[in-house]
Amino acid sequence: MRTTTVVIGAGHGGLAMSRLLGDRSIDHVVLERGEVANSWRTERWDSLRLLTPNWQCRLPGYEYQGDDPDGFMTMPEVIEFVAGYAKESAAPVRTGTTVTSVRRTDDGYRITTDQDEWDCRTVVLATGAFNVPRVPAVSDGVPASIRTMTPMDYRNPNDLSGGGVLIVGASATGVQIAHEIQLSGRPVTLAVGEHVRGPREYRDRDIHWWMDAAGVLDERYDEVDDIVRARRVPSMQIGGSPERTTFDLNSLTAIGVQLVGRLAGIRDGRAQFSGSLRNKCELADLKLGRLLDTIDEWATATGTDDSVPPPYRFAPTIVPDPPTLGLDLTNGPIQTIIWATGFRPDYSWLDIDVVDPKGMLRHDGGVVESPGMYVIGAPFLRRRKSSFIDGANADAQELIVELAAFLDAAPLDTV
Amino acid sequence: MTATETPVNNGVNVEALLGAREALTSAPEAAKFNWRATCEWKNGTHSNSTVDGFFGLGEEQMHRTHYSFDVDHPEIFASEDNGATPVEYVLVGLAGCLTAGIAAVAQNREIQLRKVSATIEGAMDVRGILGVDSDVRNGFSGITVTYDIDADATPDEIKALVAQSQKRSAVYDVITNPTDIRVEVR
Repeated sequence: MRTTTVVIGAGHGGLAMSRLLGDRSIDHVVLERGEVANSWRTERWDSLRLLTPNWQCRLPGYEYQGDDPDGFMTMPEVIEFVAGYAKESAAPVRTGTTVTSVRRTDDGYRITTDQDEWDCRTVVLATGAFNVPRVPAVSDGVPASIRTMTPMDYRNPNDLSGGGVLIVGASATGVQIAHEIQLSGRPVTLAVGEHVRGPREYRDRDIHWWMDAAGVLDERYDEVDDIVRARRVPSMQIGGSPERTTFDLNSLTAIGVQLVGRLAGIRDGRAQFSGSLRNKCELADLKLGRLLDTIDEWATATGTDDSVPPPYRFAPTIVPDPPTLGLDLTNGPIQTIIWATGFRPDYSWLDIDVVDPKGMLRHDGGVVESPGMYVIGAPFLRRRKSSFIDGANADAQELIVELAAFLDAAPLDTV
Repeated sequence: MTATETPVNNGVNVEALLGAREALTSAPEAAKFNWRATCEWKNGTHSNSTVDGFFGLGEEQMHRTHYSFDVDHPEIFASEDNGATPVEYVLVGLAGCLTAGIAAVAQNREIQLRKVSATIEGAMDVRGILGVDSDVRNGFSGITVTYDIDADATPDEIKALVAQSQKRSAVYDVITNPTDIRVEVR
């Protein structure tokens, strides 16, 4: 079968592109291995909510319409939101269709699926950046008596035995899971490497409201000092909860979570934690200070100061003194380890040389190094908010211009 | 930050460092270095270590000159004190590494340094090395580094320099993380 554009993946990113392709009457299909919003349906823990507020759920021609703009969607609500978008856009989605190969042809690409085969001029990769959990090599040394999980396996604390839990990684995922497991009565040890500290609220406004208003989320990929580094920065330690809980390290310490340094090794059944915890916390505290400085400067410059409380600063992160540098995993309290050490995309089905040795796509702001190929939904694709729903909105609006210009420049055979 | 009329100069060639970073991104093999020292026992606890060559950028390299280090223990350990103790060399290494990093990061961030001094202390319970108590470790129980820095920057910018230097420091990493060590006898 032939079409002009094949979009792979019917999450919010793929559907945003589909909507804009439809607006321009560009013939296309959206191929989806499962159901619309598949990862939101199958790869998330039970209590998870979006970490961006409802008002920030904006997609081309579609946005949150409910009566709680400052709330955070549960996963069923996210699924309903995304599925509602597909329906309203009448997106040409083919569900239950797994792409097994993408090859270059003379005038475009051939997409092979487990159902059929498509020839097209342009391809949009919208399969997400978080397909496979990253598990560090040190995991090889974990004693057999310990149960190990990734955030994709984890559903709720009741799945775990009653013993202690070591959570490795203190980004958005690690801190939220640590919080609920600790509150379930299972003592949590949290291994903390480089992290980005964030409060849920500052000066009576949501932190995402500030970052959106002050333009922090709009900072562009071609304006940052080091885009390679910016794309690898861990997610901010925030989560969406009805209580608007702050999930920073001090709030975890307050409920009894034990902080240790980055898991540096496991030798003879003993976990070794880096002595760098103090500096990792200092780096995060200083970075948060710079973010709040930016926010305060914006508030003053725009006359917002009058409508919000005056600036303040959060207490420095309390680091255990002395920090624990080792923990016996064979006879100690730890019964479960959860690797909250990030995710990577899976492009194993892409038979085109556009993936670097670290498994990341080579692209310039979503324009992949293969003519007519685009990607959406990767961290810092075109701006800081690219990994959020709102970022897919902004990125799609620009990528559609690139894609349409490509088609216009080489008008071979419009189907 | 105060605006300076003369260009910031901490004596660090940041362009060369950034150029090397770029070159080595595409040539990871050239980034593989081997650092070396040799050690000759003199007498008692006294030894002499030397450093001259190393391997890097795909070939053998030489220091500008040959460096020699006497290592010994102090007289209160019934030694002759012909040089600093091995653990003091570790402190020297950490201080040198962090201070070099501070200068490089400051140059990259266009912060003029006027004075950087550090005191570095390693706390140790010597019952470990003497075998008095097997629960006491041989090495440091903790290291404290205190910097005194005068620079054209705010206190938080200076703290950020020191924090970034730790993040990029080889010796800081060597001390804070485990390293696989193989000691063989020929």
